[in-house]
Amino acid sequence: MANIKNTEKKTKAQAMGMHTEVLTGRTQQKFFNPDEAENFYYFGTYDVDFNKRTDLDVKDMTAAEANKEIDNLMSQGFGTIVIKNPQGKHSLGVGILNKLNLIFEGSLGYFGMGSCDGPIVRINGRVGWSCAENLMAGKVVIEKNAGSCFGAAIRGGDLICKGSVGARTGIDMKGGTIIIGGDAGAFTGFMMQRGRIIILGDVGINLGDSMYDGTIFIGGEIGSYGSDAVDSELTKNDQDWLKRKLKVAEIGENFDVSKMKKIVAGKKLWNYDNLEPTEKKGAI
Amino acid sequence: MCGIAGLIHRGKSSKVGHELQGMLQALKHRGEDSTGYALYGDTDGKNFIMRFKVGENVGEGSTSVAEDVSVYDERKKIVDNYLSELGAKIIKEERILPYSLRYEIEYDKKDLLNFSQKIESIPGVEILSMGKSLEVIKDLGNAKMVCDRYNLDKLVGTHAIGHARMATESGVDIKSAHPFWGYPFSDVSVVHNGQLTNYWNNRRSLENKGMRFMSECDSELIAVYLAEKMRDGASLEEGMKESLTGLDGVFTYFVATKDSLGMAKDTMAAKPLVLYESDELVAMGSEEIAIRSILPQEIDTYDPFDGEVKVWQI
Repeated sequence: MANIKNTEKKTKAQAMGMHTEVLTGRTQQKFFNPDEAENFYYFGTYDVDFNKRTDLDVKDMTAAEANKEIDNLMSQGFGTIVIKNPQGKHSLGVGILNKLNLIFEGSLGYFGMGSCDGPIVRINGRVGWSCAENLMAGKVVIEKNAGSCFGAAIRGGDLICKGSVGARTGIDMKGGTIIIGGDAGAFTGFMMQRGRIIILGDVGINLGDSMYDGTIFIGGEIGSYGSDAVDSELTKNDQDWLKRKLKVAEIGENFDVSKMKKIVAGKKLWNYDNLEPTEKKGAI
Repeated sequence: MCGIAGLIHRGKSSKVGHELQGMLQALKHRGEDSTGYALYGDTDGKNFIMRFKVGENVGEGSTSVAEDVSVYDERKKIVDNYLSELGAKIIKEERILPYSLRYEIEYDKKDLLNFSQKIESIPGVEILSMGKSLEVIKDLGNAKMVCDRYNLDKLVGTHAIGHARMATESGVDIKSAHPFWGYPFSDVSVVHNGQLTNYWNNRRSLENKGMRFMSECDSELIAVYLAEKMRDGASLEEGMKESLTGLDGVFTYFVATKDSLGMAKDTMAAKPLVLYESDELVAMGSEEIAIRSILPQEIDTYDPFDGEVKVWQI
Protein backbone atom coordinates (compact mmCIF):
# COMPACT_ATOMS: atom_id res chain seq x y z
CA MET A 1 0.00 0.00 0.00
CA ALA A 2 1.29 3.44 -0.86
CA ASN A 3 2.53 5.72 1.86
CA ILE A 4 -0.29 8.08 2.67
CA LYS A 5 1.36 9.93 5.53
CA ASN A 6 3.32 12.61 3.65
CA THR A 7 0.48 13.83 1.52
CA GLU A 8 -0.13 17.37 2.62
CA LYS A 9 -1.09 18.66 -0.82
CA LYS A 10 -2.33 15.42 -2.29
CA THR A 11 -5.48 13.52 -1.74
CA LYS A 12 -5.28 10.05 -0.33
CA ALA A 13 -6.53 8.68 -3.62
CA GLN A 14 -3.61 10.29 -5.46
CA ALA A 15 -1.12 8.98 -2.95
CA MET A 16 -2.49 5.51 -3.41
CA GLY A 17 -1.93 5.78 -7.15
CA MET A 18 -5.60 5.65 -8.01
CA HIS A 19 -5.10 8.56 -10.36
CA THR A 20 -2.16 10.65 -11.40
CA GLU A 21 -3.61 13.68 -13.13
CA VAL A 22 -3.35 17.10 -11.55
CA LEU A 23 -6.57 18.92 -12.30
CA THR A 24 -5.41 22.49 -11.76
CA GLY A 25 -4.51 24.34 -14.95
CA ARG A 26 -5.38 21.58 -17.33
CA THR A 27 -6.94 23.98 -19.78
CA GLN A 28 -3.43 25.16 -20.67
CA GLN A 29 -2.06 21.69 -21.23
CA LYS A 30 -0.45 20.92 -24.60
CA PHE A 31 -1.14 17.58 -26.12
CA PHE A 32 1.29 17.53 -29.03
CA ASN A 33 4.69 18.93 -29.71
CA PRO A 34 4.34 21.16 -32.79
CA ASP A 35 7.87 20.20 -33.82
CA GLU A 36 6.64 16.68 -34.38
CA ALA A 37 3.69 17.70 -36.55
CA GLU A 38 5.27 16.24 -39.67
CA ASN A 39 5.18 12.83 -38.07
CA PHE A 40 1.43 12.85 -37.85
CA TYR A 41 -0.37 11.29 -40.76
CA TYR A 42 -4.06 10.66 -41.16
CA PHE A 43 -5.21 7.98 -43.52
CA GLY A 44 -7.57 9.49 -46.04
CA THR A 45 -6.31 13.07 -46.00
CA TYR A 46 -5.51 15.04 -49.11
CA ASP A 47 -3.67 18.11 -50.32
CA VAL A 48 -6.42 20.52 -51.27
CA ASP A 49 -6.47 23.96 -52.87
CA PHE A 50 -8.86 26.39 -51.14
CA ASN A 51 -9.23 28.28 -54.43
CA LYS A 52 -10.51 25.19 -56.15
CA ARG A 53 -14.24 25.35 -55.53
CA THR A 54 -17.23 23.19 -56.42
CA ASP A 55 -20.90 22.67 -55.55
CA LEU A 56 -22.48 19.41 -54.44
CA ASP A 57 -26.28 18.95 -54.46
CA VAL A 58 -27.14 16.24 -51.93
CA LYS A 59 -30.92 16.46 -52.31
CA ASP A 60 -31.26 12.95 -53.70
CA MET A 61 -28.31 11.41 -51.88
CA THR A 62 -28.16 9.43 -48.68
CA ALA A 63 -25.81 10.72 -45.98
CA ALA A 64 -23.32 7.98 -46.80
CA GLU A 65 -23.37 8.85 -50.49
CA ALA A 66 -22.96 12.56 -49.74
CA ASN A 67 -20.04 11.98 -47.37
CA LYS A 68 -18.36 9.67 -49.86
CA GLU A 69 -18.70 12.31 -52.56
CA ILE A 70 -17.18 14.97 -50.27
CA ASP A 71 -14.24 12.64 -49.76
CA ASN A 72 -14.01 12.06 -53.50
CA LEU A 73 -13.97 15.82 -54.19
CA MET A 74 -11.23 16.34 -51.61
CA SER A 75 -9.21 13.61 -53.29
CA GLN A 76 -9.47 15.67 -56.48
CA GLY A 77 -7.99 18.66 -54.66
CA PHE A 78 -11.15 20.69 -54.11
CA GLY A 79 -10.55 22.84 -51.04
CA THR A 80 -13.87 24.69 -51.04
CA ILE A 81 -17.06 22.68 -51.30
CA VAL A 82 -20.58 24.13 -51.16
CA ILE A 83 -23.27 21.63 -50.15
CA LYS A 84 -26.69 22.38 -51.61
CA ASN A 85 -30.02 21.08 -50.24
CA PRO A 86 -28.87 19.26 -47.11
CA GLN A 87 -32.54 19.40 -45.99
CA GLY A 88 -31.95 18.28 -42.42
CA LYS A 89 -30.25 15.00 -43.31
CA HIS A 90 -28.40 13.28 -40.48
CA SER A 91 -24.66 12.64 -40.23
CA LEU A 92 -23.54 14.94 -43.04
CA GLY A 93 -19.87 15.93 -43.10
CA VAL A 94 -18.75 13.43 -40.49
CA GLY A 95 -15.18 12.21 -40.15
CA ILE A 96 -13.43 14.89 -42.22
CA LEU A 97 -9.80 14.81 -41.09
CA ASN A 98 -8.67 17.43 -43.54
CA LYS A 99 -8.17 21.12 -44.03
CA LEU A 100 -11.28 22.08 -45.99
CA ASN A 101 -13.56 25.04 -46.49
CA LEU A 102 -17.03 23.50 -46.30
CA ILE A 103 -20.27 25.48 -46.67
CA PHE A 104 -23.75 24.05 -46.14
CA GLU A 105 -26.54 26.02 -47.78
CA GLY A 106 -29.29 24.81 -45.47
CA SER A 107 -29.83 22.81 -42.29
CA LEU A 108 -28.38 19.58 -40.94
CA GLY A 109 -30.00 16.86 -38.86
CA TYR A 110 -28.37 14.83 -36.10
CA PHE A 111 -24.62 14.26 -35.74
CA GLY A 112 -23.62 16.79 -38.41
CA MET A 113 -19.85 17.38 -38.66
CA GLY A 114 -19.14 14.70 -36.07
CA SER A 115 -15.60 13.47 -35.36
CA CYS A 116 -13.89 16.03 -37.58
CA ASP A 117 -10.35 17.31 -37.35
CA GLY A 118 -9.44 20.45 -39.23
CA PRO A 119 -12.20 21.71 -41.56
CA ILE A 120 -13.58 25.25 -41.52
CA VAL A 121 -17.34 24.86 -41.79
CA ARG A 122 -20.19 27.31 -42.17
CA ILE A 123 -23.76 26.07 -41.91
CA ASN A 124 -26.29 28.61 -43.17
CA GLY A 125 -29.13 26.96 -41.32
CA ARG A 126 -29.86 24.97 -38.20
CA VAL A 127 -28.31 21.80 -36.84
CA GLY A 128 -29.90 18.92 -34.92
CA TRP A 129 -28.65 17.00 -31.90
CA SER A 130 -24.97 16.32 -31.30
CA CYS A 131 -23.52 18.70 -33.85
CA ALA A 132 -19.71 18.45 -34.15
CA GLU A 133 -19.48 15.72 -31.53
CA ASN A 134 -15.84 14.85 -30.85
CA LEU A 135 -14.53 17.77 -32.90
CA MET A 136 -10.75 17.77 -32.58
CA ALA A 137 -9.72 20.89 -34.49
CA GLY A 138 -11.14 23.39 -36.95
CA LYS A 139 -14.05 25.78 -36.81
CA VAL A 140 -17.75 25.15 -37.23
CA VAL A 141 -20.13 28.11 -37.45
CA ILE A 142 -23.92 27.67 -37.35
CA GLU A 143 -25.89 30.70 -38.49
CA LYS A 144 -29.20 29.68 -36.87
CA ASN A 145 -30.20 27.46 -33.90
CA ALA A 146 -28.84 24.13 -32.72
CA GLY A 147 -30.32 21.12 -30.96
CA SER A 148 -29.25 19.40 -27.76
CA CYS A 149 -25.82 17.93 -26.99
CA PHE A 150 -24.20 20.64 -29.08
CA GLY A 151 -20.43 20.03 -29.11
CA ALA A 152 -20.63 16.87 -27.04
CA ALA A 153 -17.17 15.63 -26.04
CA ILE A 154 -15.26 18.02 -28.29
CA ARG A 155 -11.49 17.93 -27.85
CA GLY A 156 -10.56 21.14 -29.61
CA GLY A 157 -11.51 23.70 -32.22
CA ASP A 158 -14.11 26.44 -32.16
CA LEU A 159 -17.80 25.63 -32.32
CA ILE A 160 -20.02 28.65 -32.78
CA CYS A 161 -23.81 28.91 -32.87
CA LYS A 162 -25.23 32.34 -33.59
CA GLY A 163 -28.71 31.35 -32.41
CA SER A 164 -29.88 29.36 -29.39
CA VAL A 165 -29.02 25.80 -28.44
CA GLY A 166 -30.83 22.99 -26.61
CA ALA A 167 -29.90 21.06 -23.48
CA ARG A 168 -26.55 19.55 -22.45
CA THR A 169 -24.40 21.83 -24.60
CA GLY A 170 -20.74 20.88 -24.19
CA ILE A 171 -21.55 17.71 -22.30
CA ASP A 172 -18.35 15.82 -21.51
CA MET A 173 -16.23 18.31 -23.50
CA LYS A 174 -12.51 17.86 -23.14
CA GLY A 175 -11.16 20.97 -24.83
CA GLY A 176 -11.89 23.63 -27.42
CA THR A 177 -14.33 26.51 -27.25
CA ILE A 178 -18.10 26.64 -27.68
CA ILE A 179 -19.68 30.05 -28.29
CA ILE A 180 -23.44 30.62 -28.27
CA GLY A 181 -24.97 33.91 -29.37
CA GLY A 182 -28.42 33.20 -27.92
CA ASP A 183 -29.73 31.12 -25.03
CA ALA A 184 -28.83 27.62 -23.89
CA GLY A 185 -30.93 24.91 -22.25
CA ALA A 186 -30.55 22.78 -19.12
CA PHE A 187 -27.38 20.99 -18.05
CA THR A 188 -25.04 23.15 -20.10
CA GLY A 189 -21.46 21.98 -19.50
CA PHE A 190 -22.63 18.77 -17.87
CA MET A 191 -19.57 16.78 -16.79
CA MET A 192 -17.23 18.96 -18.84
CA GLN A 193 -13.58 18.23 -18.21
CA ARG A 194 -11.73 20.96 -20.02
CA GLY A 195 -12.29 23.80 -22.49
CA ARG A 196 -14.46 26.89 -22.42
CA ILE A 197 -18.11 27.64 -23.08
CA ILE A 198 -19.38 31.17 -23.75
CA ILE A 199 -23.13 31.84 -23.66
CA LEU A 200 -24.16 35.40 -24.41
CA GLY A 201 -27.81 34.85 -23.49
CA ASP A 202 -29.62 33.04 -20.68
CA VAL A 203 -28.95 29.48 -19.62
CA GLY A 204 -31.26 26.86 -18.09
CA ILE A 205 -31.14 24.84 -14.91
CA ASN A 206 -28.19 22.83 -13.57
CA LEU A 207 -25.46 24.80 -15.28
CA GLY A 208 -22.07 23.06 -15.13
CA ASP A 209 -23.45 20.11 -13.26
CA SER A 210 -20.71 17.73 -12.12
CA MET A 211 -18.06 19.55 -14.12
CA TYR A 212 -14.50 18.42 -13.44
CA ASP A 213 -12.75 21.40 -14.92
CA GLY A 214 -13.02 24.00 -17.66
CA THR A 215 -14.69 27.40 -17.61
CA ILE A 216 -18.15 28.66 -18.49
CA PHE A 217 -18.92 32.32 -19.18
CA ILE A 218 -22.56 33.45 -19.07
CA GLY A 219 -23.85 36.80 -20.30
CA GLY A 220 -27.49 36.47 -19.24
CA GLU A 221 -29.49 34.86 -16.47
CA ILE A 222 -28.68 31.46 -14.97
CA GLY A 223 -31.60 29.10 -14.25
CA SER A 224 -29.67 27.33 -11.50
CA TYR A 225 -26.21 25.98 -10.75
CA GLY A 226 -25.51 22.26 -10.97
CA SER A 227 -23.62 20.19 -8.44
CA ASP A 228 -20.15 21.57 -7.79
CA ALA A 229 -20.43 24.50 -10.23
CA VAL A 230 -19.31 27.70 -8.50
CA ASP A 231 -18.75 31.35 -9.36
CA SER A 232 -15.26 32.60 -9.96
CA GLU A 233 -13.72 36.03 -10.40
CA LEU A 234 -13.79 37.39 -13.94
CA THR A 235 -10.24 38.64 -14.45
CA LYS A 236 -8.85 41.19 -16.87
CA ASN A 237 -7.23 38.33 -18.79
CA ASP A 238 -10.59 36.62 -19.07
CA GLN A 239 -12.19 39.77 -20.46
CA ASP A 240 -9.42 40.28 -23.00
CA TRP A 241 -9.69 36.67 -24.12
CA LEU A 242 -13.50 36.92 -24.38
CA LYS A 243 -13.25 40.08 -26.51
CA ARG A 244 -10.75 38.45 -28.84
CA LYS A 245 -12.73 35.27 -29.11
CA LEU A 246 -16.06 37.00 -29.80
CA LYS A 247 -14.43 39.15 -32.44
CA VAL A 248 -12.83 36.21 -34.22
CA ALA A 249 -16.12 34.33 -33.98
CA GLU A 250 -17.94 37.27 -35.62
CA ILE A 251 -20.47 37.18 -32.82
CA GLY A 252 -21.25 39.66 -30.06
CA GLU A 253 -18.32 41.86 -30.95
CA ASN A 254 -19.79 44.78 -29.00
CA PHE A 255 -20.99 42.66 -26.09
CA ASP A 256 -20.08 44.04 -22.66
CA VAL A 257 -17.95 41.14 -21.41
CA SER A 258 -17.18 42.89 -18.10
CA LYS A 259 -20.64 41.89 -16.81
CA MET A 260 -20.33 38.23 -17.69
CA LYS A 261 -20.37 35.57 -14.98
CA LYS A 262 -17.56 33.05 -14.79
CA ILE A 263 -18.37 29.56 -13.55
CA VAL A 264 -15.81 26.89 -12.74
CA ALA A 265 -15.67 23.55 -10.95
CA GLY A 266 -15.59 23.71 -7.17
CA LYS A 267 -13.62 20.46 -7.32
CA LYS A 268 -15.47 19.03 -4.41
CA LEU A 269 -17.40 16.45 -6.33
CA TRP A 270 -16.81 13.93 -3.58
CA ASN A 271 -19.43 15.88 -1.65
CA TYR A 272 -21.88 14.55 -4.18
CA ASP A 273 -21.86 11.26 -2.27
CA ASN A 274 -23.28 13.06 0.75
CA LEU A 275 -26.37 14.29 -1.05
CA GLU A 276 -29.73 13.02 -0.05
CA PRO A 277 -31.35 10.69 -2.62
CA THR A 278 -33.81 13.36 -3.70
CA GLU A 279 -30.95 15.80 -4.29
CA LYS A 280 -29.05 13.19 -6.24
CA LYS A 281 -32.02 12.75 -8.48
CA GLY A 282 -32.09 16.47 -9.14
CA ALA A 283 -28.41 16.41 -9.96
CA ILE A 284 -28.79 13.56 -12.42
CA MET B 1 -36.95 5.29 -29.31
CA CYS B 2 -40.16 6.41 -30.97
CA GLY B 3 -40.92 9.25 -33.32
CA ILE B 4 -43.71 11.79 -32.95
CA ALA B 5 -44.96 14.45 -35.33
CA GLY B 6 -47.70 17.02 -35.38
CA LEU B 7 -48.97 19.96 -37.38
CA ILE B 8 -51.67 22.56 -37.19
CA HIS B 9 -52.88 24.83 -39.97
CA ARG B 10 -54.15 28.14 -38.72
CA GLY B 11 -57.09 29.53 -40.60
CA LYS B 12 -57.31 26.89 -43.32
CA SER B 13 -57.68 23.18 -43.99
CA SER B 14 -55.28 20.93 -45.79
CA LYS B 15 -54.65 17.28 -46.60
CA VAL B 16 -53.41 16.56 -43.08
CA GLY B 17 -53.54 12.79 -43.61
CA HIS B 18 -51.10 13.02 -46.48
CA GLU B 19 -48.90 15.53 -44.70
CA LEU B 20 -48.69 13.53 -41.49
CA GLN B 21 -47.97 10.36 -43.44
CA GLY B 22 -44.94 12.08 -44.97
CA MET B 23 -43.73 13.32 -41.59
CA LEU B 24 -44.09 9.95 -39.88
CA GLN B 25 -42.58 8.04 -42.78
CA ALA B 26 -39.50 10.26 -42.49
CA LEU B 27 -39.24 9.06 -38.88
CA LYS B 28 -39.73 5.38 -39.58
CA HIS B 29 -36.16 4.59 -38.51
CA ARG B 30 -37.27 5.54 -34.99
CA GLY B 31 -39.70 2.64 -34.97
CA GLU B 32 -42.15 0.91 -37.27
CA ASP B 33 -43.74 -1.67 -34.99
CA SER B 34 -46.88 0.38 -35.25
CA THR B 35 -47.96 3.79 -36.49
CA GLY B 36 -50.86 5.90 -35.38
CA TYR B 37 -52.66 8.99 -36.61
CA ALA B 38 -54.96 11.37 -34.78
CA LEU B 39 -56.57 13.40 -37.56
CA TYR B 40 -58.88 16.34 -36.99
CA GLY B 41 -61.01 16.39 -40.10
CA ASP B 42 -63.42 18.92 -41.47
CA THR B 43 -66.91 17.93 -40.38
CA ASP B 44 -70.22 19.68 -39.83
CA GLY B 45 -69.81 19.02 -36.10
CA LYS B 46 -73.26 17.49 -35.70
CA ASN B 47 -72.48 13.81 -35.30
CA PHE B 48 -69.87 11.84 -33.42
CA ILE B 49 -67.30 9.79 -35.25
CA MET B 50 -66.42 6.64 -33.36
CA ARG B 51 -63.36 4.66 -34.42
CA PHE B 52 -63.21 1.32 -32.67
CA LYS B 53 -61.74 -2.12 -32.97
CA VAL B 54 -63.33 -5.50 -32.30
CA GLY B 55 -60.06 -7.42 -32.41
CA GLU B 56 -56.35 -7.10 -32.93
CA ASN B 57 -54.14 -7.24 -35.97
CA VAL B 58 -52.48 -10.63 -35.60
CA GLY B 59 -50.24 -10.26 -38.63
CA GLU B 60 -46.46 -10.60 -38.76
CA GLY B 61 -44.74 -9.11 -35.72
CA SER B 62 -47.89 -8.91 -33.62
CA THR B 63 -47.82 -10.08 -30.00
CA SER B 64 -51.58 -10.65 -30.01
CA VAL B 65 -53.23 -14.04 -29.94
CA ALA B 66 -55.06 -15.01 -33.12
CA GLU B 67 -58.85 -15.29 -32.85
CA ASP B 68 -61.47 -16.76 -35.11
CA VAL B 69 -62.67 -13.92 -37.31
CA SER B 70 -66.27 -14.88 -36.58
CA VAL B 71 -65.95 -13.36 -33.08
CA TYR B 72 -65.45 -9.96 -34.72
CA ASP B 73 -68.93 -10.18 -36.24
CA GLU B 74 -70.43 -11.21 -32.93
CA ARG B 75 -68.77 -8.29 -31.14
CA LYS B 76 -69.93 -5.88 -33.80
CA LYS B 77 -73.51 -7.05 -33.37
CA ILE B 78 -73.31 -6.46 -29.63
CA VAL B 79 -71.87 -2.97 -30.23
CA ASP B 80 -74.79 -2.19 -32.55
CA ASN B 81 -77.27 -3.40 -29.93
CA TYR B 82 -75.62 -1.40 -27.16
CA LEU B 83 -75.61 1.74 -29.30
CA SER B 84 -79.32 1.30 -29.80
CA GLU B 85 -79.83 0.86 -26.06
CA LEU B 86 -77.80 4.01 -25.40
CA GLY B 87 -80.01 5.99 -27.77
CA ALA B 88 -77.33 6.42 -30.38
CA LYS B 89 -78.27 6.20 -34.04
CA ILE B 90 -75.77 4.91 -36.59
CA ILE B 91 -75.79 7.32 -39.55
CA LYS B 92 -72.94 5.78 -41.48
CA GLU B 93 -70.99 2.59 -41.01
CA GLU B 94 -67.64 1.61 -42.50
CA ARG B 95 -65.79 -1.62 -41.84
CA ILE B 96 -62.31 -0.75 -43.03
CA LEU B 97 -60.76 -4.02 -41.91
CA PRO B 98 -62.34 -7.08 -40.27
CA TYR B 99 -61.25 -5.77 -36.86
CA SER B 100 -61.46 -2.02 -37.45
CA LEU B 101 -64.59 0.05 -37.87
CA ARG B 102 -65.69 3.65 -38.26
CA TYR B 103 -69.19 4.73 -37.27
CA GLU B 104 -70.83 8.10 -37.69
CA ILE B 105 -73.27 8.35 -34.80
CA GLU B 106 -76.08 10.66 -33.87
CA TYR B 107 -75.89 10.90 -30.09
CA ASP B 108 -77.20 13.95 -28.26
CA LYS B 109 -76.16 13.11 -24.69
CA LYS B 110 -72.99 14.59 -23.28
CA ASP B 111 -72.02 11.73 -21.01
CA LEU B 112 -69.32 9.89 -22.93
CA LEU B 113 -68.11 8.08 -19.81
CA ASN B 114 -71.16 5.83 -19.46
CA PHE B 115 -71.33 5.51 -23.23
CA SER B 116 -67.73 4.31 -23.46
CA GLN B 117 -67.96 2.05 -20.44
CA LYS B 118 -70.98 0.32 -21.95
CA ILE B 119 -69.34 -0.24 -25.34
CA GLU B 120 -66.01 -1.30 -23.87
CA SER B 121 -67.66 -3.76 -21.51
CA ILE B 122 -67.73 -6.05 -24.54
CA PRO B 123 -64.57 -8.17 -24.35
CA GLY B 124 -62.14 -7.39 -27.18
CA VAL B 125 -63.80 -4.08 -28.06
CA GLU B 126 -61.96 -0.79 -27.63
CA ILE B 127 -62.97 2.69 -28.71
CA LEU B 128 -59.92 4.21 -30.36
CA SER B 129 -61.47 7.65 -30.51
CA MET B 130 -64.74 9.44 -30.03
CA GLY B 131 -65.25 12.97 -31.21
CA LYS B 132 -66.90 15.29 -33.64
CA SER B 133 -63.69 15.97 -35.47
CA LEU B 134 -61.08 13.51 -34.14
CA GLU B 135 -60.36 10.18 -35.79
CA VAL B 136 -57.66 7.94 -34.32
CA ILE B 137 -56.31 5.35 -36.71
CA LYS B 138 -53.55 3.04 -35.53
CA ASP B 139 -52.24 -0.29 -36.66
CA LEU B 140 -49.08 -2.33 -37.07
CA GLY B 141 -46.49 -1.28 -39.63
CA ASN B 142 -44.93 1.96 -40.80
CA ALA B 143 -46.71 5.19 -41.69
CA LYS B 144 -47.18 4.45 -45.35
CA MET B 145 -48.51 0.96 -44.72
CA VAL B 146 -51.10 2.23 -42.24
CA CYS B 147 -52.00 5.20 -44.43
CA ASP B 148 -52.56 2.96 -47.45
CA ARG B 149 -54.47 0.38 -45.42
CA TYR B 150 -56.91 2.98 -44.09
CA ASN B 151 -56.90 5.30 -47.11
CA LEU B 152 -55.90 8.36 -45.06
CA ASP B 153 -54.15 10.21 -47.85
CA LYS B 154 -57.15 12.28 -48.85
CA LEU B 155 -58.41 13.23 -45.39
CA VAL B 156 -58.76 17.00 -45.16
CA GLY B 157 -58.56 18.77 -41.83
CA THR B 158 -56.90 21.43 -39.75
CA HIS B 159 -54.48 19.56 -37.53
CA ALA B 160 -53.06 16.17 -36.68
CA ILE B 161 -50.62 14.33 -34.46
CA GLY B 162 -48.98 10.98 -35.03
CA HIS B 163 -46.59 8.40 -33.69
CA ALA B 164 -44.10 5.90 -35.11
CA ARG B 165 -43.55 3.30 -32.41
CA MET B 166 -40.68 1.10 -31.41
CA ALA B 167 -42.26 -1.11 -28.76
CA THR B 168 -40.12 -1.28 -25.63
CA GLU B 169 -42.27 -1.72 -22.55
CA SER B 170 -45.46 -3.29 -23.84
CA GLY B 171 -46.70 -5.45 -26.69
CA VAL B 172 -46.72 -4.95 -30.43
CA ASP B 173 -50.45 -4.53 -30.82
CA ILE B 174 -53.03 -1.88 -31.61
CA LYS B 175 -54.10 -1.36 -28.00
CA SER B 176 -50.54 -0.29 -27.07
CA ALA B 177 -50.08 1.86 -30.14
CA HIS B 178 -50.38 5.62 -30.02
CA PRO B 179 -52.20 8.01 -30.22
CA PHE B 180 -54.30 7.50 -27.12
CA TRP B 181 -57.73 8.97 -26.88
CA GLY B 182 -58.18 11.23 -23.84
CA TYR B 183 -61.03 9.06 -22.56
CA PRO B 184 -63.77 10.07 -21.91
CA PHE B 185 -63.28 13.53 -23.40
CA SER B 186 -64.48 14.14 -26.90
CA ASP B 187 -61.76 15.00 -29.43
CA VAL B 188 -58.71 14.73 -27.11
CA SER B 189 -55.68 12.69 -28.22
CA VAL B 190 -52.07 12.23 -27.08
CA VAL B 191 -48.78 10.91 -28.50
CA HIS B 192 -45.62 10.50 -26.47
CA ASN B 193 -41.92 9.79 -26.89
CA GLY B 194 -40.09 8.71 -23.74
CA GLN B 195 -40.52 6.62 -20.61
CA LEU B 196 -42.63 7.37 -17.56
CA THR B 197 -41.19 5.99 -14.36
CA ASN B 198 -44.11 6.61 -12.00
CA TYR B 199 -46.62 4.91 -14.26
CA TRP B 200 -47.96 2.35 -11.77
CA ASN B 201 -48.28 4.79 -8.89
CA ASN B 202 -50.18 7.24 -11.07
CA ARG B 203 -52.24 4.51 -12.68
CA ARG B 204 -53.39 3.08 -9.36
CA SER B 205 -54.26 6.54 -8.13
CA LEU B 206 -56.22 7.43 -11.27
CA GLU B 207 -58.03 4.10 -11.38
CA ASN B 208 -59.16 4.74 -7.83
CA LYS B 209 -60.65 7.98 -9.12
CA GLY B 210 -62.62 6.12 -11.77
CA MET B 211 -60.37 6.60 -14.79
CA ARG B 212 -59.86 3.74 -17.26
CA PHE B 213 -56.73 2.24 -18.81
CA MET B 214 -56.91 -0.07 -21.80
CA SER B 215 -53.24 -1.02 -22.16
CA GLU B 216 -50.09 -1.35 -20.10
CA CYS B 217 -48.30 1.22 -22.22
CA ASP B 218 -46.88 3.97 -20.00
CA SER B 219 -47.80 6.61 -22.57
CA GLU B 220 -51.49 6.01 -22.02
CA LEU B 221 -50.97 7.55 -18.60
CA ILE B 222 -50.52 11.00 -20.16
CA ALA B 223 -53.91 10.89 -21.86
CA VAL B 224 -55.63 9.68 -18.70
CA TYR B 225 -53.70 12.14 -16.51
CA LEU B 226 -54.72 15.11 -18.65
CA ALA B 227 -58.31 13.86 -18.93
CA GLU B 228 -58.54 13.69 -15.13
CA LYS B 229 -57.15 17.21 -14.77
CA MET B 230 -59.67 18.55 -17.27
CA ARG B 231 -62.46 16.62 -15.58
CA ASP B 232 -61.55 18.51 -12.43
CA GLY B 233 -61.83 21.83 -14.23
CA ALA B 234 -58.27 22.55 -15.36
CA SER B 235 -57.66 23.89 -18.85
CA LEU B 236 -55.58 21.80 -21.23
CA GLU B 237 -52.58 24.07 -20.79
CA GLU B 238 -52.90 24.01 -16.99
CA GLY B 239 -53.04 20.23 -17.04
CA MET B 240 -49.98 20.05 -19.26
CA LYS B 241 -48.02 22.34 -16.96
CA GLU B 242 -48.95 20.24 -13.95
CA SER B 243 -47.78 17.15 -15.81
CA LEU B 244 -44.20 18.43 -15.81
CA THR B 245 -44.00 17.60 -12.11
CA GLY B 246 -46.81 15.06 -11.85
CA LEU B 247 -45.21 12.75 -14.40
CA ASP B 248 -41.77 11.37 -13.63
CA GLY B 249 -39.35 10.26 -16.30
CA VAL B 250 -38.33 11.58 -19.67
CA PHE B 251 -40.89 12.69 -22.19
CA THR B 252 -41.88 14.89 -25.03
CA TYR B 253 -45.56 14.64 -25.80
CA PHE B 254 -48.19 16.26 -28.01
CA VAL B 255 -51.82 16.64 -27.17
CA ALA B 256 -54.56 17.78 -29.50
CA THR B 257 -58.15 18.87 -29.01
CA LYS B 258 -60.85 19.89 -31.45
CA ASP B 259 -59.33 23.30 -31.98
CA SER B 260 -55.83 23.22 -30.50
CA LEU B 261 -52.47 21.50 -30.51
CA GLY B 262 -49.98 21.48 -27.62
CA MET B 263 -46.54 20.19 -26.73
CA ALA B 264 -44.75 19.57 -23.44
CA LYS B 265 -41.14 18.69 -22.76
CA ASP B 266 -39.78 17.28 -19.50
CA THR B 267 -37.50 19.26 -17.23
CA MET B 268 -34.39 17.40 -18.36
CA ALA B 269 -35.10 17.90 -22.06
CA ALA B 270 -34.05 14.32 -22.59
CA LYS B 271 -36.24 13.67 -25.60
CA PRO B 272 -35.88 15.52 -28.87
CA LEU B 273 -38.25 17.96 -30.49
CA VAL B 274 -37.80 20.33 -33.39
CA LEU B 275 -40.36 23.03 -33.97
CA TYR B 276 -41.34 25.25 -36.88
CA GLU B 277 -43.79 28.06 -36.22
CA SER B 278 -45.35 30.61 -38.56
CA ASP B 279 -48.62 32.52 -38.72
CA GLU B 280 -50.08 29.90 -41.06
CA LEU B 281 -48.57 26.65 -39.85
CA VAL B 282 -46.96 24.99 -36.84
CA ALA B 283 -45.13 21.75 -37.57
CA MET B 284 -43.07 19.73 -35.12
CA GLY B 285 -41.40 16.39 -34.88
CA SER B 286 -38.72 14.34 -33.19
CA GLU B 287 -36.34 15.22 -36.00
CA GLU B 288 -36.11 18.03 -38.51
CA ILE B 289 -36.45 15.64 -41.44
CA ALA B 290 -40.09 15.15 -40.44
CA ILE B 291 -40.76 18.86 -40.94
CA ARG B 292 -38.72 18.86 -44.14
CA SER B 293 -41.06 16.33 -45.66
CA ILE B 294 -43.73 19.03 -45.87
CA LEU B 295 -41.48 22.12 -45.96
CA PRO B 296 -38.47 21.29 -48.11
CA GLN B 297 -37.46 24.93 -48.50
CA GLU B 298 -35.07 26.59 -46.04
CA ILE B 299 -36.95 27.46 -42.85
CA ASP B 300 -36.16 28.54 -39.30
CA THR B 301 -36.64 25.83 -36.71
CA TYR B 302 -35.67 25.47 -33.06
CA ASP B 303 -35.64 23.07 -30.12
CA PRO B 304 -38.04 24.03 -27.32
CA PHE B 305 -36.26 24.20 -23.96
CA ASP B 306 -36.64 21.96 -20.94
CA GLY B 307 -39.94 22.24 -19.10
CA GLU B 308 -41.59 24.11 -21.96
CA VAL B 309 -45.32 23.90 -22.66
CA LYS B 310 -46.90 25.46 -25.73
CA VAL B 311 -50.43 25.42 -27.08
CA TRP B 312 -51.63 26.72 -30.46
CA GLN B 313 -55.16 27.31 -31.69
CA ILE B 314 -56.41 26.67 -35.22
